[in-house]
Amino acid sequence: MTISRAEVEHIALLSRLSPSEAELERLTHDLAEILAFVAKLSELDLSEVPPTSHPVALVNVTAPDEVEPSLDNDTALRNAPSRQGPFFRTPKIVDAG
Amino acid sequence: MSYEIVIGLETHTELHTRSKVFCRCDAGFGGEPNSHVCPVCLGLPGTLPVLNRRSLELALLTALALECEIPARFQFDRKNYYYPDLPKNYQISQEYQPLGRNGRLLLVMPDGREKSVRIHNVHLEEDAGKLLHEGGGALVDLNRAGTSLLEIVSYPDIASLAELDVYMATMRQLLRYVGASDCKMQEGSLRFEVNISLRPAGATQLGTKVELKNIGSMKAAMRAAGYEIERQREALEAGREIVQETRLWDEERGVTAPMRSKEGAKDYRYFPEPDLVPVEVDAAWLEALRRSLPEPATARRRRFVAQYGLPDYDAGVLTADRQVADWFEAAVAGRTDQAKTISNWVMTHILKELPGEDDRIEDLKVKPEHLAQLAELVSSGAISGNQAKEVLLLVIESGQPPAEIVEARGMKQLSDASLLEKFVEDVIAANPKQVEQYRAGKEAVLGYLVGQVMKASKGQANPKLVNELLRSRL
Repeated sequence: MTISRAEVEHIALLSRLSPSEAELERLTHDLAEILAFVAKLSELDLSEVPPTSHPVALVNVTAPDEVEPSLDNDTALRNAPSRQGPFFRTPKIVDAG
Repeated sequence: MSYEIVIGLETHTELHTRSKVFCRCDAGFGGEPNSHVCPVCLGLPGTLPVLNRRSLELALLTALALECEIPARFQFDRKNYYYPDLPKNYQISQEYQPLGRNGRLLLVMPDGREKSVRIHNVHLEEDAGKLLHEGGGALVDLNRAGTSLLEIVSYPDIASLAELDVYMATMRQLLRYVGASDCKMQEGSLRFEVNISLRPAGATQLGTKVELKNIGSMKAAMRAAGYEIERQREALEAGREIVQETRLWDEERGVTAPMRSKEGAKDYRYFPEPDLVPVEVDAAWLEALRRSLPEPATARRRRFVAQYGLPDYDAGVLTADRQVADWFEAAVAGRTDQAKTISNWVMTHILKELPGEDDRIEDLKVKPEHLAQLAELVSSGAISGNQAKEVLLLVIESGQPPAEIVEARGMKQLSDASLLEKFVEDVIAANPKQVEQYRAGKEAVLGYLVGQVMKASKGQANPKLVNELLRSRL
């Protein structure tokens, strides 16, 4: 399993990251190594194991539809790098979702 | 060349729950910005979502009402995208195993023709927050982030603007009947995205589709679709190709315009959500849900005719909206003999108070028990039908109970024969010609004489009694 430089550029775009040339080189190399390491798992014979999204054999864990107190506005915004009144403030967004 | 219109819809509706879908923050509309937020919906590290049971039930009920297949086991998936309206950088949604598939919505067109629109899937997800673009940045309010959002995706089975109109109205009716959502378009709890393409009449291949967003009302959806159909028709006729894209409806200018979007941005890298365990729906649960589904609108319409003896027209108007139908039944309260009177009042006076898509009968000052009381005042002879109309308008305005209004305004109907005698005598004396005609056998003149007495009594006389008195005198 390996990863191409073009894929890394694509993922960087999706993540809204702009790595430099040198960083792209290094990321492509590092990500390829990580993928190779994780690929070891495919050596296991899992033909008898059904796909699973959760390691614990639980189903239907739900909570009742009740309201509990939320954070107050100041606490909610405490870690925000930028705020304006009760709002989080972000830099200008170029694209709509 | 003539073209066929091909329309599919994505309906997003906010489910009517008290708390959000994966945390227990208040899911209500509005509130001070960022006051309904907690570590889960703020996407803080180390937090875990827990599914709201009511959200799940409402989603399943809607899927059942849409005649979907419900899988025995399903789960949630992450839709990855970077945008500040969801601070986790992913939306919990259902891509691989939606909770409903292969349903249908039956449309009854104004001419009685029926049309079935297939539903591709129904899935549960979380809504995003709101952004206010301002100057050099954006202000983020995350109160809505994490509220329960149900998405209903239709097949492109809609073939005209008329069908689009009926589809949206029928979907809204179904969601309100099930109690899934309050469907207030202005508050964003019901939103439509319309996919439109054209193809030469008779072609089997679908044309290139355009997705319309930023639609704030059903009227706007109709205008946007109408505009887009003409735009595509003109382009095709001029030999231009349609570009597959998302266009935003500009309500003010009445046009659609392409949404700017970075290449490759629509790559959501879906994968199963590892923070939530799967959901299993067994037969017993499914059966219980099915039993709790409310009576569908069409069945209720037929019952209103059978049970209350209403004309089909009345039944259709009254059952168009579940809340109106509930309101009507509460007003009738078992007095089927009053049903037609109350139906007339509701259709002529009450529904007039609800001109907008988002107006709710339950928000009016006039309540069902007021109409029950008013009907009782008429049937007991305390007030006349005309007086009742007057009282009703006052109740609608003030919310004051009818009996109080009647009392305060001294509107009691004159049912005392000795008090009416004088009016009757005066009218007979003043109208010798009409009296002569009546005695000569012209029955219809009696109505005129009754009217004169009513006028003289300022509308307070009991018309039935006046009628009797006049007959005996003549």
